[in-house]
Amino acid sequence: MTQTWHVTYEIFRKKGDQSTHYDRFEMKVDPDEYVLDGIERIWAFHDRSLVFSHACHHSTCGACGMVVNGVEKLTCITPIRSVTKDGGVIRVQPMRNFPVISDLSVDMTVFYQRMESVGHQPVVSVGFEDSKGKLDSEDDLLRLSDCIECGLCISACPIALTTPAYLGPAVLAGAQQSGDLNPCVLELVDSENGAWRCHSAYECTEVCPSHVDPAWRIMDLRKKLVARRIKKFFGVK
Amino acid sequence: MDKPQAIVIGAGFTGVAVAYDLAQRGMKVTVLERGPLVNGTSGRTHGLLHSGARYAVDDQESAIECIDENLILRKIIPQVIEPNGGLFVALNESDMAYREAFIKGCADCHISIEELTPRQALSLEPNLNPKLITAFKVPDGTFDPLRLAMGFAASANALGAEIHLFCEVQDFILDGMGNVKGVKYLDRSSNQIKKINADIVINAAGVWAGEVAGHAGNIDLPIKPTPGVMVAYDQRLCQRVINRLNEPGDGDIIVPQRKMITVGTTSFEADNLDYIPVFDDQVQLMFERGCELIPAIKHTKERGAFMASRPLLDSGTKGRSLTRTFKCFDHKESDNVDGLVTITGGKATTMRLMAEKTVDLVCQKLGMRVPCQTAEIPIHSYRKFHLAHNQEVA
Ligand SMILES: Cc1cc2nc3c(=O)[nH]c(=O)nc-3n(C[C@H](O)[C@H](O)[C@H](O)COP(=O)(O)OP(=O)(O)OC[C@H]3O[C@@H](n4cnc5c(N)ncnc54)[C@H](O)[C@@H]3O)c2cc1C
Ligand code: SF4
Ligand code: FES
Repeated sequence: MTQTWHVTYEIFRKKGDQSTHYDRFEMKVDPDEYVLDGIERIWAFHDRSLVFSHACHHSTCGACGMVVNGVEKLTCITPIRSVTKDGGVIRVQPMRNFPVISDLSVDMTVFYQRMESVGHQPVVSVGFEDSKGKLDSEDDLLRLSDCIECGLCISACPIALTTPAYLGPAVLAGAQQSGDLNPCVLELVDSENGAWRCHSAYECTEVCPSHVDPAWRIMDLRKKLVARRIKKFFGVK
Repeated sequence: MDKPQAIVIGAGFTGVAVAYDLAQRGMKVTVLERGPLVNGTSGRTHGLLHSGARYAVDDQESAIECIDENLILRKIIPQVIEPNGGLFVALNESDMAYREAFIKGCADCHISIEELTPRQALSLEPNLNPKLITAFKVPDGTFDPLRLAMGFAASANALGAEIHLFCEVQDFILDGMGNVKGVKYLDRSSNQIKKINADIVINAAGVWAGEVAGHAGNIDLPIKPTPGVMVAYDQRLCQRVINRLNEPGDGDIIVPQRKMITVGTTSFEADNLDYIPVFDDQVQLMFERGCELIPAIKHTKERGAFMASRPLLDSGTKGRSLTRTFKCFDHKESDNVDGLVTITGGKATTMRLMAEKTVDLVCQKLGMRVPCQTAEIPIHSYRKFHLAHNQEVA
């Protein structure tokens, strides 16, 4: 340990139908530790009933998204130093715009279903997303795609807050990434709760921890949708 | 006849693979996991889909299991795998002294390798240390840990298995003779104690398997957690897994994943199972060892450092294990406690095989004759995984 800070974790709690509240935990931390390390220690040494989600601890699985001091963060790679100061507070809440299972864990089932419906590709060619959707057909190397389906962009989106029916940034970005705008996907994205609902708040791109730039992708998707409409209008096949 | 009820404790790789295989063979399956999916060792692995080459000299049984299962996983769950292969790289004379044994070991274990000139290796992986002496291509790969587990869980779901997250098993229900008839657990999301009866309970609690088995009374399964550190860096500096051509050691594997690389790992003994800190000196060691293979790591930002714990069984354990590469105990045989089977050890790469062997044993105990089919059937999309119905929230 290089340095020791005293911080207070204020953690959102919810169990079944009981009323929600915050619990405070005074913690000694190394400021270069990650926010998730502190939460895991609270569970291990202070309160075994704390429910939170995590798996990979290195930003590849997308399980550990939470709202930290008001901002959406992937807690496994967010250093404590970047969100508070010595003697400060770390307020942790579950992601917004998802149903809460308990405490800090949310249910991602509907989100995953939507990613599936728009055909987001979990594996892409290595050069694929660096060039924002331009495929290098020479390349036979594959890699796991950028979007780790963490849901942070949906939590941060002001439109998703107003209606759960809105597909949300990651899902629209997923449709753009897949590039396969078949009739089923079109029905979803070229609709009131799809690409046209976005108000370009850019909060999604702001919080995305994984180079996806969903806001740009939604705009690109819209261009493709408009181009299709024009083609259709002029009867081009 | 009603389907037999099986309970699986733990939703790490082993637990979800066992759940899927049990459901495939016609059992009613309930998984109880005290946290979220793969929160234990499984979530925090390095993500290397082993070709077996790492074990081809010292541990050929493991090597053969790895290559066989590697090929099966590529086929049944390509959605979570970067299938780009790997390189074993020699940088000095000590590495070169290992070369002959490596070639022979890989041949013995039917792992297909190809030796490259330094120039060929550098044209494939330009960021490799230019001083490399030789390199071998091997069929390694990378997997996404959470999605690998979600895929198996989704396939289990599709066959009716229910996966209850945040449910901690606290005790067994025993009959008058000390045999296991079910479990008592705490549903952490509602803070309620619940019970389920079962015809068979499979303890797949990884490093916690000893602790869990202990609830059945007189079972002694001492497990030493042997953790290792891994460090992720913020650039994809290689497209293939990079291994050091030498006996397995610290910091000798670099695994690319998405837009990063992860260097690992170490091995030491820890006492606490539930929280293992990341030690700075080990992070520094990963950095130094990583730089030997890929010097550009020097100028790359660290993205995260993390730990995972291997479940190493004390050698003095009295129970007989089904195989040497992982441990599967019928507690009827080892401790005269019927209704409980423990499976621990192994590798992510061999999860399907571990499940196959365990479920073979379960079927034998229950007098069922159903063959394993998991090697042939493609796994469902990981996005079809869902929570058990009574856990859904409005
Ligand atoms: C540092 C390191 C790196 C590794 N890298 C690789 C690799 O690159 N490739 C590879 O193939 N293998 C790798 N392995 C090996 C592999 O990760 C493990 O073999 C595998 O994850 C073990 O899975 P498991 O399901 O048995 O255990 P776990 O994943 O630990 O699962 C046990 C589960 O049981 C749950 N549990 C515990 N107690 C209870 C209870 N009372 N009630 C309910 N649930 C409970 C826990 O929460 C946990 O989720 C690595 C291992 C380590 C340590
Ligand atoms: S687009 Fe970014 S923020 Fe949204 S789910 Fe994907 S990785 Fe997470
Ligand atoms: S725990 Fe996997 S992304 Fe944070």
